[in-house]
Amino acid sequence: MGGFRQGIEAAVPALRRYARALTRNGELADDLVQDTLVRALRSEHLFHGGDIRSWLYTILTNLNRNRLRALARRPALQAIEDNDAPEVAGPEAGARDIERALASLVEDQRSALLLVVLEGLSYREVAQVQGVPIGTVMSRLARARMQIKAYLDGERPALRRIK
Amino acid sequence: MIDQNPPVTEEELHAYVDGELAPDRRAAVETWLASHPEDAARVAQWRAQADAIRARFGVLASEPVPARFDLDHLARGARSWRGAAAAAVVLAFLTGGVVGWMAHGASAAAPSRFDTFTAQALEAHKVYVVEVRHPVEVTGAERPHLVQWLSKRLDYELRIPDLEPSGLKLVGGRLLPGPFGPAAFCMYEGPSGERFTIYYARTDSPQTAMRYREADRFAALYWVERGLAYVVSGPPERERLLSIAQAAYDQIDKNTPQAK
Repeated sequence: MGGFRQGIEAAVPALRRYARALTRNGELADDLVQDTLVRALRSEHLFHGGDIRSWLYTILTNLNRNRLRALARRPALQAIEDNDAPEVAGPEAGARDIERALASLVEDQRSALLLVVLEGLSYREVAQVQGVPIGTVMSRLARARMQIKAYLDGERPALRRIK
Repeated sequence: MIDQNPPVTEEELHAYVDGELAPDRRAAVETWLASHPEDAARVAQWRAQADAIRARFGVLASEPVPARFDLDHLARGARSWRGAAAAAVVLAFLTGGVVGWMAHGASAAAPSRFDTFTAQALEAHKVYVVEVRHPVEVTGAERPHLVQWLSKRLDYELRIPDLEPSGLKLVGGRLLPGPFGPAAFCMYEGPSGERFTIYYARTDSPQTAMRYREADRFAALYWVERGLAYVVSGPPERERLLSIAQAAYDQIDKNTPQAK
């Protein structure tokens, strides 16, 4: 019981980081984290050992997927996802580039890449979080990296220009 | 010599970057990279991408954790459901039409009340938002009078939130017959003429989280707090309605209204 709570508590900073990178929106990210925590606390009885962190990532990833699915049903709101902040020069610009490059990814690819490079999960853990075979995780990673490169090289997909 | 090893695959290159490569292939991949500059460049790019991502977001993990994530608080379900419930509510209806999530785990919030109040509020909303000349009885210019009058009639110290920060001007309010006595009704207007209303009525239902309903061309968010039912109605855009309802909730909550 205590260990369960402690495990969750210890994961909060990393969850916030992941949620933030995933959504690129601080408020949304913290709402996601909070709901993840609420859900985890309510589902303690469903947790049968294993890695708490992976379990939390799984909840958060699914919540975010549901959120996007709901948004997709209402195209009018799609603009919310388009975090087109005004252009900034200087050191901010680099950070914004990678943020936008991430934004150009398909959700599952973004999630796979972030779980690996930002959260340090193994391919096996990511496969569990995403509920897919390892091979799928690897192809998502490969496509994510290709897309980011293409984006940074200036091939901004026309898709993102839609407002 | 190199060629005795099976050729390095792209998968192995990714695994190499991510520290997932089988140890016995490590040397082979490094030898391969030394003689394949294009692959070496790709590996370098992937590493640079990862560095950029970590540089951009890594610091967030060392920020102090805000109080809203306090687990005891979240577990308790919290009186101020701006905490646990608000987020859960946001998700509850973002995940699509789920209206049943309640604060406190209280199953007591009778759906019939929800139905009744929401139906009444939406009805009033429909009738009055199209009204051009007489949308309200008392205009927003007379806010103090409006508050005093409606509070007196409901026998409850009402708070009529200022939604200017959400881009909505108070048009005014009126008194309505409610399901169990008088109800108060306030109207707000946005820059492009879109109208939102807040419906207030006394209730003995226990406190609930926000619940969402869409009907026709309108949508409503309902909640109960300290003996008063609130229904915020407007165009059927969940996020917009939610953000307005939350702004209203925050102000109402901050001012802690009390039943007289």
